[in-house]
Amino acid sequence: MNEIVVPRDEASWIPWPTAWPEGLTRVPYWVFQDQRVYADEQRLIFQGPNWHYLALEVELAEPGDFLTTQVGDTPVIVTRDTDNEIYAFENRCAHRGALICLKNRAKHRKDFSCVYHAWNYDPQGNLTGVALKDGIKGKGGMPDSFKMEQHGPRKLRIALVHGLIFGSFSEDVPPIEEYLGEEIMTRIERVLGGRTPAVLGRFTQVLPNNWKLYIENVKDSYHASILHLFFTTFELNRLSQKGGIIVDESGGHHVSYSAIDPEAAKDVDYAKQQIRSESEYKLADPTLLQGFDEYHDGVTLQILSVFPTFVLQQIQNAIAVRQIVPRAIDKTDLNWTYLGFADDTPEQRLTRLKQANLVGPAGYISMEDGCVGGFVQRGISGASSNRAVLEMGGAEATSSESRVTEASVRGFWKAYRANMGL
Amino acid sequence: MNGNLLQYITQAQADYARCIDDDRLEEWPNLFHGPCLYKITTSSNYRDGLEAGIVFANSRGMLTDRVSALRDANIYERQSYRHILGQPSILSEDGAMVSSETSFMVARIMQDGETSIYATGRYFDVYEIDGAAAKLHQRTVVCDSSRIDTLLALPL
Ligand code: FES
Ligand SMILES: [Fe+2]
Repeated sequence: MNEIVVPRDEASWIPWPTAWPEGLTRVPYWVFQDQRVYADEQRLIFQGPNWHYLALEVELAEPGDFLTTQVGDTPVIVTRDTDNEIYAFENRCAHRGALICLKNRAKHRKDFSCVYHAWNYDPQGNLTGVALKDGIKGKGGMPDSFKMEQHGPRKLRIALVHGLIFGSFSEDVPPIEEYLGEEIMTRIERVLGGRTPAVLGRFTQVLPNNWKLYIENVKDSYHASILHLFFTTFELNRLSQKGGIIVDESGGHHVSYSAIDPEAAKDVDYAKQQIRSESEYKLADPTLLQGFDEYHDGVTLQILSVFPTFVLQQIQNAIAVRQIVPRAIDKTDLNWTYLGFADDTPEQRLTRLKQANLVGPAGYISMEDGCVGGFVQRGISGASSNRAVLEMGGAEATSSESRVTEASVRGFWKAYRANMGL
Repeated sequence: MNGNLLQYITQAQADYARCIDDDRLEEWPNLFHGPCLYKITTSSNYRDGLEAGIVFANSRGMLTDRVSALRDANIYERQSYRHILGQPSILSEDGAMVSSETSFMVARIMQDGETSIYATGRYFDVYEIDGAAAKLHQRTVVCDSSRIDTLLALPL
């Protein structure tokens, strides 16, 4: 009769189906399937000591501009206030938790008023008004002990990096320069430094898989020429390319790049090859790939990721940022923002519109990434105690001159486990 | 005149829908005439004047390449569409050129039979009326939602 109710703590904790194997070369499938893992990720990663991409500074160009976004499951409002600074706070009313703001984005906003009982907030997230605070005719109202300054949605710390706005709920997160490290900072600067981006379009791709399967895919330089057959099928010459990957110290951030190899470019055989491939060109409209030299360093592709869920992409002249938002164990929003720059000529802008065909939900070299995570999610169903093999390129999570490696995928798991205490 | 116009446009739109739904994608580029413009975007991008598309083609060659890629390069699960079209509204007429707006609903049928409403939206079309036919010059597909499930392979 005497039932002892054990609170949900270590005592009631059911162990994971299998322990995490030693090293970085195995990933147990339960990590993509377990509701408790999802909940822990929200707490330890998304609310934890990490920086999360929120928006572009140009999307909040003027005081009074605001937009709403997500940090993991948590809805967030990002604003530019009259002091011209960027602020972000939870989109959660301090009264009884309703969304404070229902719009995606708008301008000229001086304050935010919750629709439920009209508690009012300034653009920095401070509670500035409580409707009927003093009651009516001396009756009702809030007690004197209620102090508005003691209530409010949680505020995020903000960091700006070359026009990108990052936010964090954590007081312990290191400064962004330290978080990213110099190599990653330099590679962000390479694409965005000193330039004013222009948003060309926004699309959300709803992925039928766990968010980490998409992150793995982004960091997986091994699959690129195997899964994505566009360049191969159309015999678009890539032999002249050399590349590599950079994995930062934490493992969580990476850059994968390919560049025109100046040695190969000088090669006589290469010249012949060029002629051959020109004559066998199969694209009916080859102007798709006739871009312009934007960065003057020969790098034709640079995919950069910031732990946990941000991607900056340069594929020729197709520039985009991607924000990954987990929605459920097996559902993920991939938010694409296609970019040009304010000083693009009309010809350059048209090139970007054409090359946008390479990426996004219908991208010639990215559409497969929308479905392949779902293939894994379905494939591993019922196999939670089995594990993925990540041995391509060895067992380390370090930078490499070869892109035939899973080093940056291993890097992700290194950072993930450090965050999750796994 | 307007009665015939509507009839010509309705016919062109029905031919277009059947072409895709019947998996005759190779014929799809030939449904475009003149300078050819085809774009898929969303209503929020359209409203905000953001010019990039999910698919963008400003030549018939680009449409041909899209079909070749879908047939020979891209990997995606087998699927088909069923287009349901609304009545076209004539927005403007300028000589032989006519602009129209038509609502659509597209169901996507996956190989296992799972059927869902994949997209709803509007076609903004420009036709050239040539004799008793409306020839499509431009089609801007404006999807109501900005969320695309999994991927967009077949054209809308
Ligand atoms: S929940 Fe916002 S004012 Fe009551
Ligand atoms: Fe990919």
